[in-house]
Amino acid sequence: SRYRKVDEEFFEELEEILITADVGVQTVMDLIDELKMEVKRRNIQEPKEVRAAISEKLVEIYQGEDGAPTDLNIEDGRLNIVLFVGVNGVGKTTTIGKLAHRLKEEGKSVLLAAGDTFRAGAIEQLEVWGDRVGVDVIKQSAGSDPAAVVYDAIQAARSRKVDVLLCDTAGRLQNKMNLMKELEKVKRVIEREIPGAPHEVLLVLDATTGQNAMSQARQFSEATNVTGIALTKLDGTAKGGIVLAIRNELNIPVKLVGLGEKMDDLEKFDAEKYVYGLFADLVDEA
Amino acid sequence: MAFEGLANRLQNTMAKIRGKGKVSEADVKEMMREVRLALLEADVNYKVVKDFIKKVSERAVGQEVMKSLTPGQQVIKVVKEELTELMGGEQSKIAVSKRPPTVILMAGLQGAGKTTTTGKLANYLRKKHNRNPLLVAADIYRPAAIKQLETLGKQLGMPVFSLGDKVSPVEIAKQALEYAKNEHHDYVLIDTAGRLHIDENLMDELKQVKEAANPDEIFLVVDAMTGQDAVNVAKSFHDELGITGVILTKLDGDTRGGAALSIRAATGAPIKFAGMGEKLDALEPFHPERMASRILGM
Ligand SMILES: Nc1nc2c(ncn2[C@@H]2O[C@H](COP(=O)(O)OP(=O)(O)OP(=O)(O)O)[C@@H](O)[C@H]2O)c(=O)[nH]1
Ligand SMILES: Nc1nc2c(ncn2[C@@H]2O[C@H](COP(=O)(O)OP(=O)(O)OP(=O)(O)O)[C@@H](O)[C@H]2O)c(=O)[nH]1
Ligand SMILES: [K+]
Ligand SMILES: [Mg+2]
Ligand SMILES: [Mg+2]
Repeated sequence: SRYRKVDEEFFEELEEILITADVGVQTVMDLIDELKMEVKRRNIQEPKEVRAAISEKLVEIYQGEDGAPTDLNIEDGRLNIVLFVGVNGVGKTTTIGKLAHRLKEEGKSVLLAAGDTFRAGAIEQLEVWGDRVGVDVIKQSAGSDPAAVVYDAIQAARSRKVDVLLCDTAGRLQNKMNLMKELEKVKRVIEREIPGAPHEVLLVLDATTGQNAMSQARQFSEATNVTGIALTKLDGTAKGGIVLAIRNELNIPVKLVGLGEKMDDLEKFDAEKYVYGLFADLVDEA
Repeated sequence: MAFEGLANRLQNTMAKIRGKGKVSEADVKEMMREVRLALLEADVNYKVVKDFIKKVSERAVGQEVMKSLTPGQQVIKVVKEELTELMGGEQSKIAVSKRPPTVILMAGLQGAGKTTTTGKLANYLRKKHNRNPLLVAADIYRPAAIKQLETLGKQLGMPVFSLGDKVSPVEIAKQALEYAKNEHHDYVLIDTAGRLHIDENLMDELKQVKEAANPDEIFLVVDAMTGQDAVNVAKSFHDELGITGVILTKLDGDTRGGAALSIRAATGAPIKFAGMGEKLDALEPFHPERMASRILGM
């Protein structure tokens, strides 16, 4: 492979690669400024050495000072409730199916709540997933109040003593006030019924999404106090780099990664591996 | 701060140089820096931005800007003109086949809005053009995809052709066409499963559906929130299928929607419609000029 120097051209290419990964232009420019100083300070000349520095800086942006927990807050001996939120079509229902499958494999009993009563075929979609992974779905008819569905599901989860209840919700754009209010209501019902719940509010983000993901994270957090992100569709060519800025500004960690449409296509998030993947193209050819 | 409007930014830049009396090439360069940032923050593709800035810079150092009393405004005008130009004219026309039915194939990534848009388009064709479309459920993969389209059909009071999820999409398309001819449907709208542009098998399947159905329109449905990857996606779909138009969905959100520009630049295919909500009447003709303002945050 061709020899590369850590020069202006190198940094330009890094800039292009990171912006193209949707990291966001401001974040990238700040990062590169810092990196240039670091390179000078440590007198780095070889791309190989700079690789470590880039990784460090990116992980630093991502994790900041504290390493807030990136594991799902699911504990034995209680009813755990996970609420899924996000804009339309990002992969909420699918991720619920996959997570249900994983939890079942871990030996946990799981129940699903069909809280999307709006979108055509949404209840049936969740039911197919329920059948696939062998867990029950609590539902009402299309058009009913999602808070009522979730309330029902909590009662069912209680009486059946299940370990985890996963609540689906309809996709909604974060600038729709009334729909965000509806989501707040769903969350309030959960809070009222089970102290300390929901134990996780997962914002599902499509990795294909650009800078608007920041607005999504902000608005959904405001409405439901998001505790983690499920980053889906990473099996495509998009990288979802905006999660760096989201973590940096809002301190919301990625907890799950979606890598396909099948039930096994769900992974834990590995920050270092992810961050390296963002710029691997640049240093691998070096 | 991200997402601050371009007009504001250029004004701020101008304020810094106002005292100087004359605008220099360096000043234009500084303004172009702001334009570049605005476009990148709006998710316009990196390479597309690069080319665009080059082109606009040439105009901006020309007489019309340099000699102008309000160079800031003048730059905005040039930028907007070029953006609008790049995005093409208003294009909400849909093909009409000389030998009905006219066939429309819907394609795109997972969750982009194909199925919903299929319903919207059927509604539009009936309402605006007095047509009698047949909806075709050719997504045999996504859980309850057929049910979703059938529900939309019911809401619209329109028939949905389905052979279940055990028959190949190619076969479904063939039989749907026969059915449509017999039942005198003048439009056939084929909903397909979402797929990644890098999924060779599924892209191949789509090519076969195209061959079987010989569509008059192939619409690429794209989520307006898409980031930098929009170019890769659109290019791949275009290379494989030869798309005839783009429908941009979820423009009722607060995204700047720079993907619109990237797609247009990458494929040359016109953006024909904009999805403005989840309801079946939320489909509008695409307005390039409004989109240009939106991308610039104006
Ligand atoms: N390639 C890929 N596709 C995915 C992934 N996750 C979900 N999908 C697909 O994305 C599409 C949308 O997924 P859904 O689970 O219906 O998304 P949603 O957020 O529930 O959508 P709404 O309820 O309509 O808002 C489906 O076709 C899924 O199969 C993933 O990780 N990779
Ligand atoms: N707000 C808004 N939502 C939309 C729009 N178009 C589609 N949606 C929503 O986006 C989500 C995905 O739409 P679908 O029609 O299921 O997308 P799809 O491309 O068919 O998805 P797959 O078949 O899984 O690939 C649904 O929740 C739709 O209601 C739009 O213009 N605005
Ligand atoms: K999407
Ligand atoms: Mg859903
Ligand atoms: Mg669909």
